[in-house]
Amino acid sequence: MRPDAASAGRTASDGGHDMSADVSAAPMPGGPSASRRQFVGFLLASPTLALAAKLDLDRPSHSGPVAASGRGGLIGLPDAADVIDLGDLIVAAEAAYQYNMVLEVTTDNRVRFELPRLEKGQGIATAVAMMVAEEIDARLADVDVELSDARLDRPFTITGSSSNVRAMWEPARALAAAARARLVTTAAQRFGVPANTLTTHDTAVFAPDGRSLSYGELTEAAAQVLVPAVPATRKTAAQRRVIGTPRGRADARAIVTGAAEYALDVDVPGALPTLVARPPDIKGTVVSYDDSVARSMPGVVAVTQIPSGIAVSARSYHEAFRARDALVITWAPGPLAHTSDADIRAKLKAINVPASPTGVLLKTVDGSFEYPFMAHAPLEVRSAVVSVTGDSAECWLASQTPVFALQQVAAALGVPQQNVTLHVVRAGGAFGSRLFCEPVVEAAQVSQAIGQPVKVMWDRADDMRHGRFRPMAQCTIRATCALGNVLSYEHRVAAVETDFRHGFGEMLTAAGANVAPAMFGQAAFTTTVKVPYKFGVVTQLLTEQHYEVPTGSFRSIYSGFVATSNEIMVDEIAAALKKDPYQFRRANLETDRQRAVLDTVAQMGRWGRAMPAGQAQGIAFHDEYRSHVAYLVEIDATGPEPRATAVFACVDVGVPINPMGLEAQVQGVFMDAWTIMFRAGNHLDNGRIREATYNDLPWARMKHSPPQIEVKVLAATTDSPGGAGELGLPAAAAAAVNAYARATRTKPRRFPIGC
Amino acid sequence: MPNQNLIVNGVTTSVDLPDDFTMLWALRDVLGITGPKFGCGVGVCGACTSHIGSQNDAFRPCIHSVAECRDQPVTTIEGLADGDILHPVQQAWIDLDVAQCGYCQPGQIMTAVALIAHNSNPTDADIDAAMSENVCRCGTYVRIRAAIKQAAADIRGG
Repeated sequence: MRPDAASAGRTASDGGHDMSADVSAAPMPGGPSASRRQFVGFLLASPTLALAAKLDLDRPSHSGPVAASGRGGLIGLPDAADVIDLGDLIVAAEAAYQYNMVLEVTTDNRVRFELPRLEKGQGIATAVAMMVAEEIDARLADVDVELSDARLDRPFTITGSSSNVRAMWEPARALAAAARARLVTTAAQRFGVPANTLTTHDTAVFAPDGRSLSYGELTEAAAQVLVPAVPATRKTAAQRRVIGTPRGRADARAIVTGAAEYALDVDVPGALPTLVARPPDIKGTVVSYDDSVARSMPGVVAVTQIPSGIAVSARSYHEAFRARDALVITWAPGPLAHTSDADIRAKLKAINVPASPTGVLLKTVDGSFEYPFMAHAPLEVRSAVVSVTGDSAECWLASQTPVFALQQVAAALGVPQQNVTLHVVRAGGAFGSRLFCEPVVEAAQVSQAIGQPVKVMWDRADDMRHGRFRPMAQCTIRATCALGNVLSYEHRVAAVETDFRHGFGEMLTAAGANVAPAMFGQAAFTTTVKVPYKFGVVTQLLTEQHYEVPTGSFRSIYSGFVATSNEIMVDEIAAALKKDPYQFRRANLETDRQRAVLDTVAQMGRWGRAMPAGQAQGIAFHDEYRSHVAYLVEIDATGPEPRATAVFACVDVGVPINPMGLEAQVQGVFMDAWTIMFRAGNHLDNGRIREATYNDLPWARMKHSPPQIEVKVLAATTDSPGGAGELGLPAAAAAAVNAYARATRTKPRRFPIGC
Repeated sequence: MPNQNLIVNGVTTSVDLPDDFTMLWALRDVLGITGPKFGCGVGVCGACTSHIGSQNDAFRPCIHSVAECRDQPVTTIEGLADGDILHPVQQAWIDLDVAQCGYCQPGQIMTAVALIAHNSNPTDADIDAAMSENVCRCGTYVRIRAAIKQAAADIRGG
C-alpha cells in the first residue's frame, strides 16, 4: 500500500471516453488492486489498426522474388519468415488487447508502468522504462516498471521469440505520449498560458517564464482531461534523448545488495517449504510409498501424493530435504524405459526426408549435424508459491506465459479462472524453460490438499532431469553448386517434437493464422527459419517425432540448431568452392543491412589475419527477428580443450533501445553457444536423464570464457526495433565451430564436440 | 535441541537447531536472509557463496552445517555494504552493468570480494582460478572479469 494512497485523487472519464478511461471504473480480473485504484491512471485504446497494418508496412525491402540479381540470373525466393515472422504474429495476437496496458502517474511523482512481460535477465523492464521515460519526458529514475499480474483480459501475453521490445514499442510509447499530453494540458490551465508554449523534461512541465509543476502535482487534474490541448505525438528519432543511450539495469542495485526478490524470496506468511520426490525415469509414476519415517521427522508438516510424485512440506527446506530422502517409494517405469539416445538418433535418421538426387554435372556439398537434448538449466531452479483458500488461489510464479499458468492452476484446482490471481515475479534466468509452469500447478495441488500456503522448489536434479529440454535434432543439408554459385539448398530437419502447449495455438489463431495443433511446429518453423543467402532454390523441411520427453523452445525455437547448421554449412560450401568464408557470405547476402554487420565484424576482428598453427578465426551471420548479427571468433585448439581467445560481434536491431543491455545479450549468448557446441548436452539412458547438476552438465565457467567479447551496436537503421535475446545464438555457435573446424581441419558433425 | 549462536551480518541470533542443520536453510528459512540463493545444494554452482570467519573467507552455506558456522562472523551479500555505501565490488558491478538475471550475482560478488582481499591485483589467470566455481547461466563472465579488475584498482587506489 502506498503511504499517500488515501489522499490521491480519483480518475477521469466515468463516461468511458475512448482514449482515456478510468482504471478503477471497471476493474478487470487480475487487474489493478484496490490500493492502486486510488491513483490516477491512463489507459489508451491502442491503435490496433495501425499495428495490424504494420505487418504490411514492415516487410523488408527484399521481400518478393528477387529476380535477376546480376549473378548468373540466380533467384533468391523470399522465405516466409522474411514476410511475416513469429514475432509479428505475437505482436498481432496481442494488439487487440493492448488497451489494457496500464501507465500511472502517481502523486509522489513516479511514473508507473505495468509490464505484461517477464523480466528474466534480458533487460526488458529497463528497455520499457526507457521508452516510457522518453515519451513522457520523465527522469528515467522516476519510472517504475513493474511486472503485471496475469490478466485474463490480456490472454496472449507471452515472453518469447525475442518479441518483447517489438510488442512494447508502440503501446508503451503511445501511452506515455498520451499521458504527457494530458499533463501538459493541465499545466497550461494552471499556468494560464497556451499549452503549446510549455515544455516537459525531468518529470515536470515548464512554463516559458520559468514556473514549473511536477507531474505528481498535475496528475489528479490531468486525469480529468478528456481532450488534450496538445497532440500525443511521439518523438522523432532525432528528438530522442533516452532511447538509444546506454543505461544500466534499473534493478542493478537491488541485485548487488541481495534485495532482488525471486519467487522463493517472496515473503508469503506461512508458506511451507515443499519438495517433491520424483521418479528416476522421465514421467515415471508412483506404485506405492511408505512415508512413516518421513512423517515422524522433525519439522515435517505434510506428505502429499500429487501426480508428479510425493510432496513433502516442512518448516524449512533442510527438513523437507531430509524427509524427502526418507520416503520409501516404489516407482513404475516411465514410458521411455527402453529408449536411449541412440534409439532416438536412429529414428530421426530414419524419418528425415532424403535430399534430392543431383545431376552428375553439379558439385554437391553434403553435411549432417546432430544435437542432443539440452536442459535450459536456469540458475534459479523452478519454483512457485501458492496459497489456496477455499475456491480461490493466489500464486507467485516467474512465468513467460502467465495466463496459461493461471488457467492451468484453475483447471488443477477445479475453480473458476477469475478466482485465481497470479503474480509474475522476476526470473533467475529462463531461456524458454518458463514457458511451462509445472511448479505452480504442483504448489496449487499441495496447497489445496493441506489447506496451507506452500512454496514448491525443484531440486537441481529435478530441474535437470524432469524440466524441459531443447529437443534432440538432426539437420541434413545438401547444396548443389555450379560455376561457383549455389543452385539449390536443401535442409532437412528431423527433431523430437517441440512442445508448444503453452497457449501458442490460441495465440496463432488470434493472430489470424489458424493452425491445427499438429502443425504448431510447422507454423513456428516456417515463421522463424530462413536462409539469408542467394542460394537458388531453397527448401527447409521439418519432420518431428513425438517422444515422452518434456521439450521446450531453448533461446529460439528451431534456429538454435537449424540456423547454426546452415552457418556451419556455408563455410563448408565456401571451402568446396575454394572461396573465403567471409567473402562468400558477403557475395551471397542480399541487403546492405546484412552486409554491414558482416563487414563490421570482419574489420573489428581483422578477418584473414595470420594465425599460428592450431588457431583460427571463424565467422558467421544470422538474420532473424527483424535484426541482424555477425560474430567473428578466434579459437585456440592446441590445449586440452579449445578456448575462444577473442570474440567480436556486430549487431543491428533496427532501433537499439538500450545499447548497454543489448551488448549484454550479445555477450551472454556467446557463452550459451559455446556450452552447447563444445561442452554440455544431456544424455537419455533407458528413459532417464543422466545429468543432475552443473558438474555433469558442465556449463561454461569463467575459465572457459574469452577474456573479452567486443560488441559493436549499430545506430538505428530503421524506426522499428527488432528482437535481440535469441538473435546471437546461431551466429555465435557457428562462428565458434567454424573457427574450430579451420583450426583443426575437421568437419564437426555431432555436438557438443568431443562430448 | 542445541542452541546455535549465529552471528550474521553483525547480528547475533540464538536459534534452536540441530547441529547438522544446513547453514543455507538456517539463513533463508530461519533467519529470513534470502540474498544467498539455492542453485544446486551440493556446492558446485556458488549461488549461495558468503563469507565466514575473521578472514572473511568465501564459503558455501549449502554444504555447511550451523555447527560449523556458529560463533563465527558470517557475512552474506546483505551485509557487504556499509549502510548505503556499497562495497567497491558492488559498485563496480553496477558501473559495468554486470548482472543479467542476477540470481548468481550475490555469490559472484562474495567470491570476488574474497579474491580481491587476498590478491589486490588479480590477473586474468587469477580470476579464472578464483571465479570458475561460480556458474553464471546468463554468461556475464566478461563483465565480471572487467568489474573485478575495476574494483581491485579502486581498492588499491584507496
